[in-house]
Amino acid sequence: MESKVYVIGVGLTRIARLYDKGLTDLFAEASLKALEDAGWPEVDAVVVGSMLPSIHNEQSSLASLLAQSLPYTRGKMAVGVEDADNSGLAAVIKGYSLIASGLAKTVLVAGVEKMTEYPSAMAIRALSQACNAQHELFHGATLISLQALLMRLYMNTYGIDRDTMSAWPVLMHSNASENPYAQLRFKVTKEQVASSMMVSDPIRLLDSSPIGDGAAAIVLAASDAAGSRNNAVEIAAVAQASDTVGIAYREDPLRLLAAEKAARTAYEKAGIKARDLDVVELHDTTTILGLLGLEALGLSPRGKAAVMVDEGEFSSKSKPSVNLSGGLKARGHPAGATGVYQAAEIALQLRGDYPGRRAPDPEMGLALGLGGLGSTASIIVMRR
Amino acid sequence: MVRLSISRHWREKGAYYRLEGIECLDCGKRSYPPAPVCPHCGSRNVRRVKLPRTGRLLSYTITYSIPEGFREYAPVMLGLIELDDGTRLVSQLTDTKPEELRENMRVEAVLRRVQVDGEYGLIHYALKFRPHRPGGRKE
Ligand SMILES: [Zn+2]
Repeated sequence: MESKVYVIGVGLTRIARLYDKGLTDLFAEASLKALEDAGWPEVDAVVVGSMLPSIHNEQSSLASLLAQSLPYTRGKMAVGVEDADNSGLAAVIKGYSLIASGLAKTVLVAGVEKMTEYPSAMAIRALSQACNAQHELFHGATLISLQALLMRLYMNTYGIDRDTMSAWPVLMHSNASENPYAQLRFKVTKEQVASSMMVSDPIRLLDSSPIGDGAAAIVLAASDAAGSRNNAVEIAAVAQASDTVGIAYREDPLRLLAAEKAARTAYEKAGIKARDLDVVELHDTTTILGLLGLEALGLSPRGKAAVMVDEGEFSSKSKPSVNLSGGLKARGHPAGATGVYQAAEIALQLRGDYPGRRAPDPEMGLALGLGGLGSTASIIVMRR
Repeated sequence: MVRLSISRHWREKGAYYRLEGIECLDCGKRSYPPAPVCPHCGSRNVRRVKLPRTGRLLSYTITYSIPEGFREYAPVMLGLIELDDGTRLVSQLTDTKPEELRENMRVEAVLRRVQVDGEYGLIHYALKFRPHRPGGRKE
Protein backbone atom coordinates (compact mmCIF):
# COMPACT_ATOMS: atom_id res chain seq x y z
CA MET A 1 0.00 0.00 0.00
CA GLU A 2 1.51 3.29 -1.09
CA SER A 3 1.66 6.00 1.54
CA LYS A 4 -0.39 9.10 0.73
CA VAL A 5 1.75 12.17 0.03
CA TYR A 6 0.91 15.77 0.92
CA VAL A 7 2.32 19.17 0.04
CA ILE A 8 2.84 20.90 3.40
CA GLY A 9 4.88 23.95 2.43
CA VAL A 10 5.86 26.06 -0.59
CA GLY A 11 8.37 28.82 -1.28
CA LEU A 12 9.00 30.86 -4.44
CA THR A 13 11.41 33.52 -5.64
CA ARG A 14 10.44 36.15 -8.17
CA ILE A 15 11.69 35.20 -11.65
CA ALA A 16 13.95 37.85 -13.18
CA ARG A 17 17.43 38.49 -14.50
CA LEU A 18 19.04 38.16 -11.09
CA TYR A 19 22.70 38.89 -11.77
CA ASP A 20 23.45 39.31 -8.06
CA LYS A 21 22.13 35.88 -7.05
CA GLY A 22 23.73 32.49 -7.72
CA LEU A 23 22.35 28.96 -7.56
CA THR A 24 22.88 28.71 -3.81
CA ASP A 25 21.25 32.09 -3.09
CA LEU A 26 18.15 31.24 -5.11
CA PHE A 27 17.89 27.70 -3.77
CA ALA A 28 18.25 28.82 -0.15
CA GLU A 29 15.73 31.64 -0.53
CA ALA A 30 13.00 29.36 -1.92
CA SER A 31 13.83 26.39 0.33
CA LEU A 32 13.90 28.36 3.58
CA LYS A 33 10.54 29.94 2.68
CA ALA A 34 9.08 26.48 2.00
CA LEU A 35 10.46 25.02 5.24
CA GLU A 36 9.10 27.98 7.20
CA ASP A 37 5.72 27.58 5.51
CA ALA A 38 5.78 23.88 6.52
CA GLY A 39 6.58 24.72 10.17
CA TRP A 40 10.28 23.74 10.05
CA PRO A 41 9.95 19.96 9.78
CA GLU A 42 13.03 17.71 9.81
CA VAL A 43 13.56 16.51 6.23
CA ASP A 44 14.87 13.06 5.27
CA ALA A 45 15.89 14.02 1.74
CA VAL A 46 16.58 17.00 -0.51
CA VAL A 47 15.72 16.55 -4.20
CA VAL A 48 16.89 19.22 -6.66
CA GLY A 49 15.53 19.62 -10.19
CA SER A 50 17.77 21.58 -12.56
CA MET A 51 18.79 21.42 -16.21
CA LEU A 52 21.74 23.69 -16.93
CA PRO A 53 24.22 23.94 -14.02
CA SER A 54 26.66 21.56 -15.72
CA ILE A 55 26.79 24.00 -18.67
CA HIS A 56 26.17 27.44 -17.15
CA ASN A 57 27.82 26.87 -13.77
CA GLU A 58 30.22 23.98 -14.47
CA GLN A 59 28.64 22.24 -11.51
CA SER A 60 27.53 18.65 -11.08
CA SER A 61 26.89 17.20 -7.58
CA LEU A 62 24.39 20.03 -7.35
CA ALA A 63 21.99 18.56 -4.77
CA SER A 64 24.73 17.87 -2.22
CA LEU A 65 26.24 21.30 -2.78
CA LEU A 66 22.92 23.10 -2.33
CA ALA A 67 21.72 20.98 0.61
CA GLN A 68 24.71 22.26 2.60
CA SER A 69 23.18 25.73 2.48
CA LEU A 70 20.26 24.55 4.65
CA PRO A 71 20.31 23.76 8.36
CA TYR A 72 20.26 20.12 9.52
CA THR A 73 20.74 18.46 6.10
CA ARG A 74 24.34 17.20 6.51
CA GLY A 75 24.28 13.42 6.19
CA LYS A 76 20.78 13.38 4.68
CA MET A 77 19.90 12.03 1.24
CA ALA A 78 20.50 14.67 -1.47
CA VAL A 79 19.81 13.80 -5.10
CA GLY A 80 19.60 15.72 -8.35
CA VAL A 81 17.11 15.18 -11.16
CA GLU A 82 17.74 16.25 -14.76
CA ASP A 83 14.96 15.80 -17.29
CA ALA A 84 15.61 18.79 -19.56
CA ASP A 85 13.17 21.64 -18.93
CA ASN A 86 10.85 19.12 -17.28
CA SER A 87 13.38 18.62 -14.46
CA GLY A 88 11.24 20.45 -11.90
CA LEU A 89 8.17 18.23 -12.06
CA ALA A 90 10.37 15.16 -12.49
CA ALA A 91 12.02 16.15 -9.19
CA VAL A 92 8.62 16.53 -7.51
CA ILE A 93 7.71 13.04 -8.70
CA LYS A 94 11.06 11.72 -7.42
CA GLY A 95 10.23 13.22 -4.02
CA TYR A 96 6.73 11.75 -4.17
CA SER A 97 8.19 8.32 -4.99
CA LEU A 98 10.60 8.42 -2.02
CA ILE A 99 7.64 8.95 0.32
CA ALA A 100 5.16 6.65 -1.42
CA SER A 101 7.74 3.84 -1.31
CA GLY A 102 8.51 4.39 2.38
CA LEU A 103 12.13 5.47 1.81
CA ALA A 104 11.45 8.89 3.34
CA LYS A 105 8.79 10.62 5.44
CA THR A 106 9.51 14.26 4.62
CA VAL A 107 11.23 15.56 1.48
CA LEU A 108 12.23 19.04 0.36
CA VAL A 109 11.96 19.35 -3.43
CA ALA A 110 13.51 22.41 -5.06
CA GLY A 111 13.96 23.54 -8.65
CA VAL A 112 16.62 26.10 -9.44
CA GLU A 113 18.10 27.57 -12.61
CA LYS A 114 20.50 30.31 -13.63
CA MET A 115 19.65 31.23 -17.22
CA THR A 116 21.46 34.57 -17.41
CA GLU A 117 25.11 33.70 -16.74
CA TYR A 118 26.02 34.13 -20.42
CA PRO A 119 24.63 35.98 -23.48
CA SER A 120 21.27 34.81 -24.83
CA ALA A 121 22.75 32.95 -27.82
CA MET A 122 24.42 30.58 -25.36
CA ALA A 123 21.32 30.26 -23.21
CA ILE A 124 19.30 29.38 -26.32
CA ARG A 125 21.79 26.73 -27.33
CA ALA A 126 21.95 25.29 -23.80
CA LEU A 127 18.17 25.17 -23.39
CA SER A 128 17.92 23.56 -26.82
CA GLN A 129 19.80 20.54 -25.48
CA ALA A 130 16.28 19.33 -24.62
CA CYS A 131 16.05 18.48 -28.35
CA ASN A 132 17.99 15.96 -30.44
CA ALA A 133 21.65 17.07 -30.46
CA GLN A 134 22.90 15.00 -33.40
CA HIS A 135 19.94 15.37 -35.76
CA GLU A 136 18.25 18.66 -34.85
CA LEU A 137 20.68 20.97 -33.07
CA PHE A 138 23.53 19.94 -35.39
CA HIS A 139 21.59 21.61 -38.22
CA GLY A 140 21.14 24.87 -36.32
CA ALA A 141 17.70 24.10 -34.90
CA THR A 142 16.67 25.36 -31.47
CA LEU A 143 13.94 24.58 -28.96
CA ILE A 144 12.10 27.60 -30.37
CA SER A 145 12.65 27.08 -34.12
CA LEU A 146 11.44 23.46 -33.86
CA GLN A 147 8.26 24.78 -32.23
CA ALA A 148 7.98 27.24 -35.11
CA LEU A 149 7.81 24.26 -37.50
CA LEU A 150 4.91 22.90 -35.41
CA MET A 151 3.16 26.28 -35.17
CA ARG A 152 3.16 26.76 -38.94
CA LEU A 153 1.96 23.18 -39.43
CA TYR A 154 -0.82 23.70 -36.85
CA MET A 155 -2.01 26.97 -38.39
CA ASN A 156 -2.05 25.43 -41.90
CA THR A 157 -3.61 22.13 -40.86
CA TYR A 158 -6.48 23.67 -38.88
CA GLY A 159 -6.79 27.01 -40.71
CA ILE A 160 -5.95 29.17 -37.68
CA ASP A 161 -4.83 32.77 -38.23
CA ARG A 162 -2.29 34.90 -36.36
CA ASP A 163 -5.02 36.87 -34.59
CA THR A 164 -6.55 33.73 -33.05
CA MET A 165 -3.15 32.33 -31.98
CA SER A 166 -2.42 35.63 -30.21
CA ALA A 167 -5.24 35.03 -27.71
CA TRP A 168 -2.91 32.70 -25.76
CA PRO A 169 -0.11 35.21 -24.98
CA VAL A 170 -2.75 37.88 -24.27
CA LEU A 171 -4.36 35.62 -21.64
CA MET A 172 -0.98 34.61 -20.18
CA HIS A 173 0.21 38.20 -19.79
CA SER A 174 -3.13 39.22 -18.30
CA ASN A 175 -2.80 36.47 -15.66
CA ALA A 176 0.87 37.27 -14.95
CA SER A 177 0.06 40.94 -14.39
CA GLU A 178 -1.34 39.93 -10.98
CA ASN A 179 1.34 37.33 -10.08
CA PRO A 180 3.98 38.89 -7.78
CA TYR A 181 6.51 36.16 -8.73
CA ALA A 182 6.12 36.56 -12.51
CA GLN A 183 8.93 37.82 -14.74
CA LEU A 184 6.65 39.70 -17.18
CA ARG A 185 4.00 41.48 -15.13
CA PHE A 186 2.34 43.50 -17.87
CA LYS A 187 -0.63 43.05 -20.17
CA VAL A 188 -0.32 42.89 -23.96
CA THR A 189 -2.79 43.22 -26.83
CA LYS A 190 -3.16 41.00 -29.89
CA GLU A 191 -1.78 43.87 -31.96
CA GLN A 192 1.35 44.01 -29.80
CA VAL A 193 1.83 40.25 -30.16
CA ALA A 194 1.43 40.40 -33.95
CA SER A 195 3.91 43.27 -34.29
CA SER A 196 6.52 42.03 -31.79
CA MET A 197 9.94 40.99 -33.09
CA MET A 198 10.00 37.85 -35.25
CA VAL A 199 12.03 35.21 -33.41
CA SER A 200 11.46 32.20 -35.63
CA ASP A 201 8.71 32.69 -38.17
CA PRO A 202 5.79 32.40 -37.24
CA ILE A 203 6.87 32.58 -33.58
CA ARG A 204 7.21 36.16 -32.38
CA LEU A 205 8.85 37.47 -29.24
CA LEU A 206 5.50 37.67 -27.43
CA ASP A 207 4.75 34.01 -28.26
CA SER A 208 7.91 32.91 -26.50
CA SER A 209 8.84 32.44 -22.83
CA PRO A 210 11.52 34.83 -21.53
CA ILE A 211 14.97 33.95 -20.18
CA GLY A 212 15.13 34.39 -16.42
CA ASP A 213 16.55 33.02 -13.17
CA GLY A 214 14.50 31.56 -10.36
CA ALA A 215 13.95 28.90 -7.73
CA ALA A 216 10.90 27.25 -6.23
CA ALA A 217 10.58 24.72 -3.43
CA ILE A 218 7.90 22.52 -1.90
CA VAL A 219 7.91 20.28 1.16
CA LEU A 220 6.29 16.87 0.75
CA ALA A 221 5.29 14.64 3.65
CA ALA A 222 3.66 11.28 4.35
CA SER A 223 0.28 11.35 6.16
CA ASP A 224 1.75 10.83 9.63
CA ALA A 225 4.47 13.42 9.04
CA ALA A 226 1.96 15.89 7.58
CA GLY A 227 0.17 15.63 10.92
CA SER A 228 -2.72 17.98 11.41
CA ARG A 229 -1.43 20.80 9.21
CA ASN A 230 -4.68 22.31 8.03
CA ASN A 231 -3.34 23.63 4.73
CA ALA A 232 -1.88 20.30 3.56
CA VAL A 233 -2.80 19.45 -0.05
CA GLU A 234 -3.05 15.80 -1.08
CA ILE A 235 -1.26 14.55 -4.18
CA ALA A 236 -3.94 12.43 -5.83
CA ALA A 237 -1.80 11.03 -8.65
CA VAL A 238 1.48 11.37 -10.49
CA ALA A 239 2.38 10.03 -13.95
CA GLN A 240 5.25 10.23 -16.42
CA ALA A 241 5.61 9.18 -20.05
CA SER A 242 8.06 9.65 -22.92
CA ASP A 243 8.05 10.21 -26.67
CA THR A 244 10.70 10.55 -29.38
CA VAL A 245 13.39 13.21 -28.93
CA GLY A 246 12.95 14.58 -32.43
CA ILE A 247 9.72 15.79 -34.04
CA ALA A 248 10.46 14.16 -37.41
CA TYR A 249 10.04 10.68 -35.92
CA ARG A 250 6.44 11.27 -34.81
CA GLU A 251 3.65 9.90 -36.96
CA ASP A 252 1.64 13.05 -36.19
CA PRO A 253 3.89 15.93 -35.09
CA LEU A 254 0.84 17.82 -33.78
CA ARG A 255 0.14 15.25 -31.06
CA LEU A 256 1.98 15.28 -27.72
CA LEU A 257 1.78 11.53 -27.15
CA ALA A 258 3.77 11.57 -23.89
CA ALA A 259 1.43 14.17 -22.40
CA GLU A 260 -1.65 12.27 -23.63
CA LYS A 261 -0.38 9.03 -22.11
CA ALA A 262 0.62 10.61 -18.79
CA ALA A 263 -2.78 12.35 -18.60
CA ARG A 264 -4.69 9.09 -19.14
CA THR A 265 -2.64 7.37 -16.44
CA ALA A 266 -3.03 10.25 -13.99
CA TYR A 267 -6.78 10.65 -14.53
CA GLU A 268 -7.32 6.92 -14.03
CA LYS A 269 -5.20 6.82 -10.88
CA ALA A 270 -6.95 9.87 -9.40
CA GLY A 271 -10.36 8.55 -10.48
CA ILE A 272 -11.23 11.72 -12.39
CA LYS A 273 -11.95 12.99 -15.89
CA ALA A 274 -10.45 16.07 -17.56
CA ARG A 275 -13.71 17.93 -16.92
CA ASP A 276 -13.27 17.50 -13.13
CA LEU A 277 -10.19 19.76 -13.12
CA ASP A 278 -10.63 23.23 -11.63
CA VAL A 279 -7.15 24.65 -12.04
CA VAL A 280 -4.28 23.68 -14.38
CA GLU A 281 -0.70 24.84 -14.92
CA LEU A 282 0.80 23.64 -18.19
CA HIS A 283 4.05 23.97 -20.10
CA ASP A 284 3.84 26.68 -22.80
CA THR A 285 7.44 27.34 -23.85
CA THR A 286 5.78 29.07 -26.80
CA THR A 287 2.14 29.56 -27.81
CA ILE A 288 1.97 26.35 -29.84
CA LEU A 289 3.12 24.09 -27.00
CA GLY A 290 0.49 25.64 -24.71
CA LEU A 291 -2.24 24.88 -27.23
CA LEU A 292 -1.01 21.33 -27.92
CA GLY A 293 -0.85 20.81 -24.13
CA LEU A 294 -4.53 21.78 -23.76
CA GLU A 295 -5.42 19.26 -26.46
CA ALA A 296 -3.22 16.51 -24.98
CA LEU A 297 -4.89 16.92 -21.59
CA GLY A 298 -8.30 16.49 -23.21
CA LEU A 299 -9.35 20.04 -22.33
CA SER A 300 -9.94 20.85 -25.99
CA PRO A 301 -10.69 18.81 -29.12
CA ARG A 302 -7.69 18.57 -31.46
CA GLY A 303 -7.20 21.70 -33.55
CA LYS A 304 -9.68 23.71 -31.46
CA ALA A 305 -7.56 24.98 -28.54
CA ALA A 306 -6.64 28.33 -30.11
CA VAL A 307 -10.29 29.06 -30.96
CA MET A 308 -11.42 28.10 -27.43
CA VAL A 309 -8.83 30.41 -25.84
CA ASP A 310 -9.93 33.18 -28.23
CA GLU A 311 -13.57 32.62 -27.18
CA GLY A 312 -12.63 33.23 -23.54
CA GLU A 313 -12.22 29.67 -22.23
CA PHE A 314 -9.54 28.78 -19.63
CA SER A 315 -9.68 32.20 -17.90
CA SER A 316 -9.91 32.74 -14.13
CA LYS A 317 -13.69 32.43 -14.45
CA SER A 318 -13.57 29.15 -16.41
CA LYS A 319 -13.45 25.50 -15.41
CA PRO A 320 -10.66 24.76 -15.56
CA SER A 321 -8.67 27.97 -15.20
CA VAL A 322 -5.35 27.47 -17.00
CA ASN A 323 -2.00 29.09 -16.17
CA LEU A 324 -3.27 31.69 -13.71
CA SER A 325 0.44 32.24 -12.99
CA GLY A 326 0.93 33.53 -16.52
CA GLY A 327 2.50 30.25 -17.64
CA LEU A 328 6.00 29.86 -19.01
CA LYS A 329 5.09 32.68 -21.39
CA ALA A 330 4.78 35.39 -18.73
CA ARG A 331 5.44 33.92 -15.28
CA GLY A 332 8.71 32.84 -16.84
CA HIS A 333 10.60 29.64 -17.58
CA PRO A 334 13.72 29.13 -15.47
CA ALA A 335 14.06 25.70 -17.16
CA GLY A 336 14.54 23.05 -14.47
CA ALA A 337 12.83 25.18 -11.81
CA THR A 338 9.59 25.69 -13.74
CA GLY A 339 7.90 22.42 -12.76
CA VAL A 340 8.35 23.16 -9.06
CA TYR A 341 6.77 26.59 -9.60
CA GLN A 342 3.82 24.82 -11.24
CA ALA A 343 3.40 22.35 -8.37
CA ALA A 344 3.66 25.16 -5.80
CA GLU A 345 1.14 27.29 -7.70
CA ILE A 346 -1.42 24.46 -7.84
CA ALA A 347 -0.96 23.77 -4.11
CA LEU A 348 -1.46 27.48 -3.31
CA GLN A 349 -4.59 27.64 -5.51
CA LEU A 350 -6.10 24.65 -3.68
CA ARG A 351 -5.16 26.13 -0.29
CA GLY A 352 -6.90 29.34 -1.30
CA ASP A 353 -3.93 31.58 -0.63
CA TYR A 354 -2.46 32.00 -4.11
CA PRO A 355 -1.15 35.57 -4.24
CA GLY A 356 -2.36 36.26 -7.82
CA ARG A 357 -5.57 35.49 -9.72
CA ARG A 358 -7.43 32.62 -8.09
CA ALA A 359 -9.63 29.91 -9.55
CA PRO A 360 -13.13 29.99 -8.04
CA ASP A 361 -13.08 27.63 -5.03
CA PRO A 362 -10.95 24.92 -6.70
CA GLU A 363 -10.89 21.31 -5.46
CA MET A 364 -8.90 19.51 -8.15
CA GLY A 365 -5.69 20.78 -9.76
CA LEU A 366 -3.15 19.50 -12.26
CA ALA A 367 0.35 20.49 -13.40
CA LEU A 368 1.82 19.33 -16.73
CA GLY A 369 5.55 19.63 -17.39
CA LEU A 370 7.18 18.88 -20.73
CA GLY A 371 10.78 18.23 -21.69
CA GLY A 372 11.71 19.87 -24.98
CA LEU A 373 8.87 19.38 -27.45
CA GLY A 374 7.17 16.78 -25.31
CA SER A 375 9.79 14.03 -25.36
CA THR A 376 9.05 13.66 -21.66
CA ALA A 377 5.89 14.58 -19.81
CA SER A 378 5.25 14.68 -16.07
CA ILE A 379 1.85 15.20 -14.50
CA ILE A 380 0.88 15.75 -10.91
CA VAL A 381 -2.75 15.87 -9.75
CA MET A 382 -3.62 17.49 -6.41
CA ARG A 383 -6.82 17.47 -4.38
CA ARG A 384 -7.88 19.91 -1.67
CA MET B 1 30.78 26.72 -25.91
CA VAL B 2 30.95 25.24 -29.41
CA ARG B 3 32.83 22.02 -28.84
CA LEU B 4 32.64 19.85 -31.91
CA SER B 5 34.21 16.46 -31.58
CA ILE B 6 35.71 14.59 -34.54
CA SER B 7 34.39 11.19 -33.44
CA ARG B 8 30.88 12.42 -32.66
CA HIS B 9 30.57 13.65 -36.21
CA TRP B 10 32.51 10.89 -37.94
CA ARG B 11 30.31 8.06 -36.68
CA GLU B 12 27.24 9.82 -38.12
CA LYS B 13 28.80 9.91 -41.60
CA GLY B 14 26.22 7.54 -43.08
CA ALA B 15 23.34 9.76 -41.99
CA TYR B 16 25.08 13.09 -42.60
CA TYR B 17 26.68 12.42 -46.00
CA ARG B 18 24.75 9.58 -47.62
CA LEU B 19 21.28 10.08 -46.13
CA GLU B 20 21.29 6.54 -44.74
CA GLY B 21 18.29 5.40 -42.75
CA ILE B 22 16.81 2.01 -41.93
CA GLU B 23 14.08 -0.06 -43.50
CA CYS B 24 12.11 -2.47 -41.34
CA LEU B 25 11.82 -5.94 -42.84
CA ASP B 26 8.73 -6.62 -40.71
CA CYS B 27 6.50 -3.55 -41.04
CA GLY B 28 8.16 -2.17 -44.18
CA LYS B 29 8.46 1.37 -42.83
CA ARG B 30 11.60 3.46 -43.13
CA SER B 31 13.12 5.87 -40.66
CA TYR B 32 15.97 8.32 -40.25
CA PRO B 33 18.57 8.37 -38.72
CA PRO B 34 19.70 4.70 -38.54
CA ALA B 35 18.67 3.00 -35.28
CA PRO B 36 19.08 -0.50 -33.82
CA VAL B 37 15.32 -1.12 -33.76
CA CYS B 38 12.43 0.04 -35.92
CA PRO B 39 10.85 3.05 -34.17
CA HIS B 40 7.47 2.19 -35.69
CA CYS B 41 7.05 -1.44 -34.60
CA GLY B 42 10.03 -2.28 -32.37
CA SER B 43 11.43 -4.95 -34.70
CA ARG B 44 15.18 -5.63 -34.64
CA ASN B 45 14.90 -6.94 -38.18
CA VAL B 46 16.14 -3.77 -39.92
CA ARG B 47 18.58 -3.01 -42.71
CA ARG B 48 20.41 0.15 -43.69
CA VAL B 49 19.16 1.86 -46.82
CA LYS B 50 19.98 5.00 -48.72
CA LEU B 51 16.97 7.28 -48.60
CA PRO B 52 15.74 9.27 -51.62
CA ARG B 53 17.41 12.67 -51.89
CA THR B 54 14.26 14.53 -52.90
CA GLY B 55 11.10 15.31 -51.02
CA ARG B 56 8.73 18.10 -50.01
CA LEU B 57 8.63 20.74 -47.31
CA LEU B 58 5.95 19.92 -44.71
CA SER B 59 6.78 23.01 -42.67
CA TYR B 60 9.53 25.58 -42.43
CA THR B 61 10.76 28.45 -40.31
CA ILE B 62 13.14 31.35 -40.69
CA THR B 63 15.03 31.87 -37.43
CA TYR B 64 16.40 35.24 -36.39
CA SER B 65 17.28 34.16 -32.86
CA ILE B 66 20.49 32.37 -33.71
CA PRO B 67 22.10 29.75 -31.47
CA GLU B 68 25.80 30.17 -30.82
CA GLY B 69 27.86 28.82 -33.71
CA PHE B 70 25.38 29.58 -36.52
CA ARG B 71 25.75 33.36 -36.84
CA GLU B 72 27.15 33.14 -40.39
CA TYR B 73 23.97 31.41 -41.64
CA ALA B 74 21.57 34.00 -40.18
CA PRO B 75 18.69 33.97 -40.69
CA VAL B 76 18.72 30.18 -40.34
CA MET B 77 16.12 28.52 -42.57
CA LEU B 78 14.94 25.18 -41.24
CA GLY B 79 12.59 22.61 -42.73
CA LEU B 80 10.53 19.63 -41.66
CA ILE B 81 10.98 17.52 -44.78
CA GLU B 82 9.14 14.46 -46.03
CA LEU B 83 11.29 12.47 -48.46
CA ASP B 84 9.70 10.78 -51.47
CA ASP B 85 9.45 7.47 -49.56
CA GLY B 86 7.61 9.11 -46.64
CA THR B 87 10.61 9.30 -44.26
CA ARG B 88 10.78 12.59 -42.38
CA LEU B 89 13.69 14.64 -41.10
CA VAL B 90 14.62 18.13 -39.93
CA SER B 91 17.35 19.87 -41.90
CA GLN B 92 18.65 23.29 -42.81
CA LEU B 93 17.44 24.87 -46.04
CA THR B 94 20.02 26.48 -48.32
CA ASP B 95 20.53 28.14 -51.71
CA THR B 96 17.23 29.99 -51.36
CA LYS B 97 15.67 33.07 -49.78
CA PRO B 98 13.13 33.24 -46.95
CA GLU B 99 10.47 34.72 -49.26
CA GLU B 100 10.81 31.80 -51.70
CA LEU B 101 9.87 29.15 -49.14
CA ARG B 102 6.42 27.55 -49.50
CA GLU B 103 4.69 24.59 -47.88
CA ASN B 104 4.88 21.47 -50.06
CA MET B 105 7.64 22.88 -52.27
CA ARG B 106 9.97 20.23 -53.74
CA VAL B 107 13.42 20.08 -52.19
CA GLU B 108 16.60 18.10 -52.78
CA ALA B 109 19.63 17.20 -50.68
CA VAL B 110 22.93 18.95 -51.28
CA LEU B 111 26.25 18.71 -49.39
CA ARG B 112 27.07 21.92 -47.50
CA ARG B 113 29.16 23.25 -44.65
CA VAL B 114 27.13 23.09 -41.43
CA GLN B 115 29.30 24.21 -38.53
CA VAL B 116 32.74 25.61 -37.96
CA ASP B 117 34.37 25.20 -34.59
CA GLY B 118 36.49 28.32 -34.30
CA GLU B 119 38.39 27.07 -31.29
CA TYR B 120 39.62 23.84 -32.84
CA GLY B 121 39.33 24.69 -36.52
CA LEU B 122 37.02 21.79 -37.33
CA ILE B 123 34.71 22.28 -40.30
CA HIS B 124 31.72 19.97 -40.42
CA TYR B 125 29.79 19.15 -43.56
CA ALA B 126 26.42 17.46 -43.96
CA LEU B 127 23.42 17.41 -46.24
CA LYS B 128 21.15 20.43 -46.37
CA PHE B 129 18.13 20.82 -48.63
CA ARG B 130 17.53 23.34 -51.40
CA PRO B 131 14.67 23.95 -53.81
CA HIS B 132 14.55 21.06 -56.31
CA ARG B 133 15.94 21.91 -59.72
CA PRO B 134 14.73 19.26 -62.18
CA GLY B 135 17.44 18.55 -64.71
CA GLY B 136 19.63 21.13 -63.00
CA ARG B 137 23.29 21.08 -62.10
CA LYS B 138 24.26 17.80 -60.44
CA GLU B 139 26.50 17.75 -57.34
ZN1 LIG C 1 8.93 -1.87 -38.16
